[in-house]
Amino acid sequence: MNAALAARLAEICGADNVISDPQQLRTYECDGLTSHRCSPGLAVLPRSAEQVAAIVRACAERHVPFVARGSGTGLSGGALPLADGVLIVMSTMRSVIAIDPASRRAIVEPGVTNLAVSKAAEPYGLFYAPDPSSQVVCSVGGNVAENSGGAHCLKHGFTVHHVTGLEIVTPEGELTWLGDGTGAAPGYDLVGAFTGSEGTLGIATKIVVRLTPIPEAVTTLLAAFTTMGAGGAAVSAIIGSGILPGAIEMMDALAIEAAEAAVSCRYPEGAGAVLIVELDGPAGDVEVQTAAVRDICTAAGAYEIRAAQDAAERAAIWTGRKSAFAAVGRISPAYIVQDGVVPRTALPAVLDRISELSAEHGIRVANVFHAGDGNLHPLVLFDDTVPGEQKAAEELSGLILDLCIEHGGSITGEHGVGVDKARYLPKMFGADDLDTMQLLRCAFDPAGLCNPGKVFPTPRLCGEVPGVRHGPHPLTATGLIDQF
Amino acid sequence: MVALPDSLTTAGGVPPELAGAGTDVRTAGPADTAGGKQARYVAAPASAAEAAALLSAAASLGLTVVARGSGTKLDWGTAPARCDLIVDTRRLDRVLEHAAGDLVVTVQSGVRLDDLATVLAAADQRLALDPPESAGTIGGLIATGAAGPLRYRYGSPRDLLIGITVVRPDGTIAKSGGKVVKNVAGYDLGKLFAGSLGTLGLITEATFRLHPRPQTSAWLTRDYPSTSAAASAVHAIADSPVTPAAIELEWPSAAAPISVSALLEGEEASVQERAGRLNAILDRAMTGQSPGRPLADGRERPGTLLRVAFWAGQLAAVLDLIRGAAAANGLDPAVGGAAAAGLLEIAVTADAETEAVGGFVAALRASLQGLGAGSLPPLAASAVVVTAPAAVRDAVDLWGPVPSLALMRAVKYQFDPDHRMAPGRFAGGI
Repeated sequence: MNAALAARLAEICGADNVISDPQQLRTYECDGLTSHRCSPGLAVLPRSAEQVAAIVRACAERHVPFVARGSGTGLSGGALPLADGVLIVMSTMRSVIAIDPASRRAIVEPGVTNLAVSKAAEPYGLFYAPDPSSQVVCSVGGNVAENSGGAHCLKHGFTVHHVTGLEIVTPEGELTWLGDGTGAAPGYDLVGAFTGSEGTLGIATKIVVRLTPIPEAVTTLLAAFTTMGAGGAAVSAIIGSGILPGAIEMMDALAIEAAEAAVSCRYPEGAGAVLIVELDGPAGDVEVQTAAVRDICTAAGAYEIRAAQDAAERAAIWTGRKSAFAAVGRISPAYIVQDGVVPRTALPAVLDRISELSAEHGIRVANVFHAGDGNLHPLVLFDDTVPGEQKAAEELSGLILDLCIEHGGSITGEHGVGVDKARYLPKMFGADDLDTMQLLRCAFDPAGLCNPGKVFPTPRLCGEVPGVRHGPHPLTATGLIDQF
Repeated sequence: MVALPDSLTTAGGVPPELAGAGTDVRTAGPADTAGGKQARYVAAPASAAEAAALLSAAASLGLTVVARGSGTKLDWGTAPARCDLIVDTRRLDRVLEHAAGDLVVTVQSGVRLDDLATVLAAADQRLALDPPESAGTIGGLIATGAAGPLRYRYGSPRDLLIGITVVRPDGTIAKSGGKVVKNVAGYDLGKLFAGSLGTLGLITEATFRLHPRPQTSAWLTRDYPSTSAAASAVHAIADSPVTPAAIELEWPSAAAPISVSALLEGEEASVQERAGRLNAILDRAMTGQSPGRPLADGRERPGTLLRVAFWAGQLAAVLDLIRGAAAANGLDPAVGGAAAAGLLEIAVTADAETEAVGGFVAALRASLQGLGAGSLPPLAASAVVVTAPAAVRDAVDLWGPVPSLALMRAVKYQFDPDHRMAPGRFAGGI
């Protein structure tokens, strides 16, 4: 790697905060998607927005690509480093700068963890609503990059609904504000465009988030069904009744078996499916809706329903669900976590087809999903010590994405495209769609240095196209000449 | 000003490139104006494909293009520098798919909000956006980012828009998002087009997330004698557990009391119970009619409408600054809006002197600048003139300071390199 660049970065951040030793760099070789690995050329740990801007300028001057990384929990390889690039590690910028309870806003640095924001807001009766399951460690900066969801986004929305302003370093190294924190700043909604752009439009250095009043009451129900079909019917009936729960989660028998093996969650015996329904809001509403959801589940064939009355009981119900991904490691040497979305009404058909595909390919698939918004997380199980199994599992995993697209859904609901799914993006969008999206990229990052190789399978060249006019001649625009 | 090629000015003639694009095209009449600029041609495509062929033809002729739906907000923004072709979207009037079970609807951009509401009501659902211009189209709703009181709970069009199809200025059809509520595949162009006032391309289709229609709704209203008392009430309602769908403030004139209203929605028994709790919190609040919205009047009469966005915690200060700036310029406008969401609108009557309006806007912006202190962003509040009589619009900077204008210009340049889509209608000459 460029020694002059390393020296320049050391000037900016101090030598202690620049990592060039290959052994130490291996710490950063992957994010949560461990199947893709690459050690960065250099890693740097800035302490301030000004340092980030100076780092980016140093990279831009030398045409060296750079990637920002938060806590490294991403599941699509969005923070995968580049061997010839600089990795900018944001986890050292982790303070909650201010809480403004009357405005229901917090200003935070990007490295702060998702849960730390809610903890800081709690004394004011407020919380930060998006709650990805990695919220204990994942960073808000990473959440902004990925437009992260979580179990409760069914009711409360995604990261993009809760970010109202961003201080960013542009890919050319300029420090600027997008939006003003109000959520209604004049001009284009660049905050909305930036959120979910997977680190390709710049690096957030300050984030203004909306805070939400902590609901007065919360109840959590666990309903056990003998079949997935019955559980699915209950989901449709709940939504159809006009109730909007905070979360509706579902697990199938294999996922339950894994969770049982890992954390002894003690879900009802013999369940072919369990449904977790969480209701939040004013106490009176929650009480009425809880009764209604119980009735709906019973009518749909639930043979056991448990209700959590306090935080400890609630945690017990959620333990199985939240540990499900990791728990699958107890019943399979290796697995792929898939993330696809289908319209909620297509869930029964899609789940049936996944189970057929699983049988046809002789590969086990455990299903854990956000049933309320049709976001599936099929876990495709395989043994990585058996030659060919990984390839077969990847193939099945891809077929599940095809199935989602066939039903009018999406190849990713919350994990992002990253490096993992760039090749699937053309199945959802045509060449013109992808080309148009990249106009935004060209506006922010004309040199293509900011997290290149992510999201889009084929990068757009941002240079001027020969033969295309670009606006009136300057002299015409200023009224000095007329053009005929 | 670029003079048009001779072929375009031939009497009575629509240029063959336009006429041959497969869409109804006619020469413009005296009513076909945008921001006071007389158009030359009006075309009404009936599909995205027709719109694409039309814009491609317009590109080959170098025509500037302004999209028009019902025309309820056509005078929003700065007057376009030029308007050769008006694209009338009202033939794009189909509700393409209402997936009631998925609470999602896909519509063409010329569908009117009130017509869509009727379709959705049949399934007891709604698009939870309630701007006063209910005769407006979906395209206009998105392009202006319009919203009403429900903004407090549901946000603005950008928050409920989950998929969009647009035609770029060169005729390329492009889409982003999709038909599912949860989706992070690719960039979200809907965010960029929401509020873009037609400066990036033509919106032809949109998909929205829907919500169940509430069984009952009730407004609770109480008057307050001072800005601090009104602001305290707004904050108390927002902090309370009764989950209002809207919190509105109305202050028709400096001498009038300030009324604060909360909208409760849900099942009958729940609304009753929460209304009781809110009455206790506010001490003697009354169940009443929906607020009179003096600003709706301001919108209908051709006065000046401003939108002030601020951090909600500064509500009392902002109300005082508005009155101070108005009084210093001899004005007494109506003020109101989604106070708890940090958004107020100001309606100045049409008979106000242009100089006074200009003085008011400048004074208000200057005083709002002082709010960005401490750890807040450098510009933490804004005052935008949404629409105004021609004289005011020509004399006043409608936008004021805009953060990251350079990036916005770069976006505009990428999407519309020839600067032909509603040129000059947006902030910073965009």
